[in-house]
Amino acid sequence: MKILVCISQVPDTTTKIILKDNDTAINSQGTTYIINPYDEWYALVRAIELKESGIATEIHLVTVGKADIEPVIRKALALGGDEAIRIDAESIDPYQTAVYIADYTKSAGYDLVLCGKESIDYNNGTTGVLLAELLDMDYIGFATSVKIEGNVAIVNREIEGGEETDSCNLPVVIACQKGVAEARIPNMRGIMAARTRPLKVIAPSAITPLTAILSYELPPAKAGVKLVSADNMDELVALLHTEAKSI
Amino acid sequence: MSVIVLVEHTGGNIKKKSFEAVQYAAQIAQQTATTVTAVVLGSIADAEMEALGNYGASKVIHIADNRLDELHARAYTTALVNIARAEDSKIIITLYDINGRAVAPRVAAQLKAGIVAGALSYPNLEKGFAIKKSVFSGKAFAWVNVLSDVKVIMLMPNTFQLSKTDGKATIEKQDISFSEKDFGIKVTAVNKVTGEIALTDATLVVSGGRGMKGPENWGLIEDLAKELGAATACSRPVADTHWRPHHEHVGQTGGTIRPDLYIAVGISGAIQHLAGVNGSKTIVVINSDPEAPFFKAANYGVVGDAMAVLPKLTAAVKKFKEQHH
Ligand SMILES: Cc1cc2nc3c(=O)[nH]c(=O)nc-3n(C[C@H](O)[C@H](O)[C@H](O)COP(=O)(O)OP(=O)(O)OC[C@H]3O[C@@H](n4cnc5c(N)ncnc54)[C@H](O)[C@@H]3O)c2cc1C
Repeated sequence: MKILVCISQVPDTTTKIILKDNDTAINSQGTTYIINPYDEWYALVRAIELKESGIATEIHLVTVGKADIEPVIRKALALGGDEAIRIDAESIDPYQTAVYIADYTKSAGYDLVLCGKESIDYNNGTTGVLLAELLDMDYIGFATSVKIEGNVAIVNREIEGGEETDSCNLPVVIACQKGVAEARIPNMRGIMAARTRPLKVIAPSAITPLTAILSYELPPAKAGVKLVSADNMDELVALLHTEAKSI
Repeated sequence: MSVIVLVEHTGGNIKKKSFEAVQYAAQIAQQTATTVTAVVLGSIADAEMEALGNYGASKVIHIADNRLDELHARAYTTALVNIARAEDSKIIITLYDINGRAVAPRVAAQLKAGIVAGALSYPNLEKGFAIKKSVFSGKAFAWVNVLSDVKVIMLMPNTFQLSKTDGKATIEKQDISFSEKDFGIKVTAVNKVTGEIALTDATLVVSGGRGMKGPENWGLIEDLAKELGAATACSRPVADTHWRPHHEHVGQTGGTIRPDLYIAVGISGAIQHLAGVNGSKTIVVINSDPEAPFFKAANYGVVGDAMAVLPKLTAAVKKFKEQHH
């Protein structure tokens, strides 16, 4: 069984967002980039587990981005993964990004495509579903566990107000979140091995974006906290009622 | 040309956030000089659907096929795409929630539509078709301009106040023929959380962190939540050490919530925690350390020992409720 894991690079979770060029862009100077946590901790690690248990034979990683994201892909390869594919384009619009990946994936014969539930930069959570639609595959989102039995994926997933268990024939796209696997740290052997694993660069297909970001805004600064004495909880409740209007 | 909106219901009761989506669609319909067609799938009574008129739908299309009682994203997509084509709709709206997120991107791919995931504003038509959404887990907002002719918008729940009108909707029954692959995913077990308030839908949330010391003290959190009618949440270490179930974990790697009120007890306010809760309208922080970073993100703060403060707050809420009934 061949698994494809979609990897996105995002600014480290503690990055302070600074705007530039009249608020039309994010200043990325000094920003450290990491593998999107959902892609790494859940999707990639689960793929590695499936290979370790003999169910998967090969793991490929795919990413859309320019050459500057290669360190992040090398790190993903160091965790596990036999080969990486970088589609040489800026990822700006969800549809365009998904088409890039779909066009590569169509002829590559993967049985299982894993991705994270969303990337923590643009928080869209659309790549996996779009990919499934473009590839005419089923999609299971918000997965909390992924098992493979023969030609069938057995998936626990969050639903509105609870959880359910689904079963679905391969191939399928599954978007992973907490529960699917536990985070791992790459070891020295993996890091060394990753250096020699193939990282293929392919040209993107010609497709125009359907959205564009016009500008950014930072949230207004909080007015400052109003402290209430621990002995005066009636006052807090009154404030929540009359001032905040939340109760 | 109508604006299409997907309506969600649980067991025949329309969700509040779906009324919000219909109202949102109505505002956009007004901006673009058209009307709203609400799409309801599965088993539900006409009387319940009539209420959609009160929030601005002029037509309801009901597909009663009971296979649609559960989320089958491809079948939902087939329904929406069929209706959108028949109505020549340019704008399709769902919620930015588990169901909407499984359906809207498929609809968008079929209609070659640009997507806004998690809309926080109406479209600004002067700038094109620009909609505000949260990015970098609440650390910034982006104005996303949709360039395509057809547009798909997923509305962030709990963004707009509901206001009821006396509008009326006509209900139209439709049959759509689905294909086998629309039901390719088999649901083998369902475990609905009952009794509790679902965290993602809750308008009030009480959340505990490591400062609660241990699971034995969670009764204090639950008492306050019960008194308020709130859902409960927790920080990541609390879920990781199994003091609380994983679905309560909020933050960068857990759930994202946007309640009207978030009460954080014994949580330090790490940036990864804030990422999941900074969309809350009002934040109350209870922490024994006056230097805890969370106070900087809070509207109201109480410096004190949670074990002492919580019972007092619960009692004050109880007293308030008795006076306001
Ligand atoms: C990539 C990454 C992702 C992460 N994702 C998440 C996430 O999704 N969600 C998340 O929550 N964290 C996440 N974290 C962890 C995060 O950085 C913090 O470590 C975590 O939020 C801390 O949890 P806490 O506030 O409960 O505990 P602590 O940081 O230990 O804070 C406990 C607080 O309780 C207070 N306290 C102690 N005793 C009392 C008392 N008696 N009464 C009142 N207050 C008291 C203390 O003053 C302190 O402020 C992530 C970290 C990383 C690196």
